[in-house]
Amino acid sequence: MSDNPIRQKLAELKGLARTARIDLSREIEELEKKLEASLMPENEAWRRVELARHPERPTTLDYAHAMFDDFLELHGDRTFADDPAMVGGIALLGGRPVTFFGHQKGKNMKDNLKRNFGMAHPEGYRKALRLAHQAEKFCRPVLSFIDTPGAFPGVSAEERGISQAIAATMKGFAELTVPVVVTVLGEGGSGGAIGIGVGDVVLIMENAFYSVISPEGCASILLRDPSKARHSASLLKLTPEYLLEFKVVDRIVREPPGGAHRDPAGAASALKTAIMTALEDLDKKNGDTLLAERHAKYLSLGVFAEQEPQRKSLLQRLRDFF
Amino acid sequence: MIEFGKQKGWIRYLTEHPVRRKRDERLFIDEKHSCPSCQRPLTAQEMEAALYTCPHCTHHFRLTAWERIRYTADEGVFQEFSADMETMNPLGFPDYEEKLGSTMQKTGLKEAVVTGLCKVGGREVVLGVMDFRFIGGSMGSVVGEKVMRAMLVGAEKRLPVIVFTASGGARMQEGILSLMQMAKTAVATQALEKRRCPYFVVLTDPTTAGVLASFAMLGDVILAEPGALMRFAGARVVAGTIREKVPENFPLSAFHLDRGFLDAVVPRQELKRTLSFLIATHPLAQGGRG
Repeated sequence: MSDNPIRQKLAELKGLARTARIDLSREIEELEKKLEASLMPENEAWRRVELARHPERPTTLDYAHAMFDDFLELHGDRTFADDPAMVGGIALLGGRPVTFFGHQKGKNMKDNLKRNFGMAHPEGYRKALRLAHQAEKFCRPVLSFIDTPGAFPGVSAEERGISQAIAATMKGFAELTVPVVVTVLGEGGSGGAIGIGVGDVVLIMENAFYSVISPEGCASILLRDPSKARHSASLLKLTPEYLLEFKVVDRIVREPPGGAHRDPAGAASALKTAIMTALEDLDKKNGDTLLAERHAKYLSLGVFAEQEPQRKSLLQRLRDFF
Repeated sequence: MIEFGKQKGWIRYLTEHPVRRKRDERLFIDEKHSCPSCQRPLTAQEMEAALYTCPHCTHHFRLTAWERIRYTADEGVFQEFSADMETMNPLGFPDYEEKLGSTMQKTGLKEAVVTGLCKVGGREVVLGVMDFRFIGGSMGSVVGEKVMRAMLVGAEKRLPVIVFTASGGARMQEGILSLMQMAKTAVATQALEKRRCPYFVVLTDPTTAGVLASFAMLGDVILAEPGALMRFAGARVVAGTIREKVPENFPLSAFHLDRGFLDAVVPRQELKRTLSFLIATHPLAQGGRG
């Protein structure tokens, strides 16, 4: 992990000690202790959370500008409004038409007020579903980008049916006969994330996370202590490596050293390659195969135990009953 | 295309439970309550006679899963699915096993949902009932799996599926896996859609967050009990993220009915009749168009 700032400083210090012949052993020892601590799972999870939320981290539109040859943003859910916290449109990816959408965070306070900090309202999800259906109609693959602290939790979202919008979007994505590639770019916050998260392949950036609840929310609700966010981040096992283990994501996209914000073009190029590779695989499958595999992927998520099956099969037993 | 109807082995075996209309009189000795809404004293017998609603102000008390089954299923047998399914601790979350153990002991349930086959209004149905007492009715892997299987059995056997929801949302102790149950149950409703099996949801107090934003909002007909709390985000989450003040008990089912997200708010006394009517108006002939 060459992108660890402490490790970099340590190397600098060691080099300095060698060339300048100064006794820095105490400082080096201290830094080594600090480095060790930073590699503890607790701090590693928190480091990812902080990088995923970094104010300069590239957003959905940044990736759109960097990855696509050209794109046209399309607005509105055709029912209520346009949601600036969810952007979308048609694009050319390596010369090929695709439909994309994703949560959009702001770059500064003014921008964030417009983008509602990436917290979409129901109309955002309905726009995404509308664009997805349009993609299916015109045989374009769908690219979905997740980067949200969560769906907007206020009364304005409740009264326009945020729960219904998220549920209907997940259900709708389950039936798209075109390839769907989902990427978690930064924050994968709860229901707001999974709302546009059902797809054939789920990618995640190296310094992104995906969680049922924010570390802060988990700390205040389960641990009853809001200051324990750092600790709950590690308990939630929200880092890409765990997500891969749980089969929630399929591939991790490596970021440039120090995180995507250090080299947005490099991050976009890595993501573009990963998406194009995923699409190449998915292109080989027809609509029925895509659907069957997507259903099987989501219906098999979860961890539980069960006793050995009894001799009689389900169907036999059901027949006995009827 | 996935052949939902041909997938075998969703249910390992069925556990039979008798369904009786009358509760054993012995249970009522010395039970005294007062209605939290109108503060009037109530005896257990009065509550039972009114299906655990207040006879004075119609406040609806929360029901346990088995009480709900008793009030919904016809007298006879309830054949439970997957009664042996065990909850695991995939994240190694601290104190989760202890919490599960004490909750099981307290409630006599193994998880926050009971699913099975029974008759309602004379017709076979798949019935799923959540119980809020079990870690806030939260949805982890087992709840998601049981709800999904109930839907797949409904699709396979071409039966109506009825689900009573009561939940605080996803089970945080199972982390991302519990979030994925939202997607899993939403995908599973497509099996019913495909085979044109009616799917009826009854939202009871409280139905929130991950459950509300997945299978609860996907019914062909969505009913709710009067005064049932239904919201996506809890008051603490709202206060923590946007500093908007939301009352603890807001919004209730009437709010969502007004805004067009519910088909009807039905008092508990009318529920069985309403469900029977819905089942009767959704004929599902075997070998029909699917």
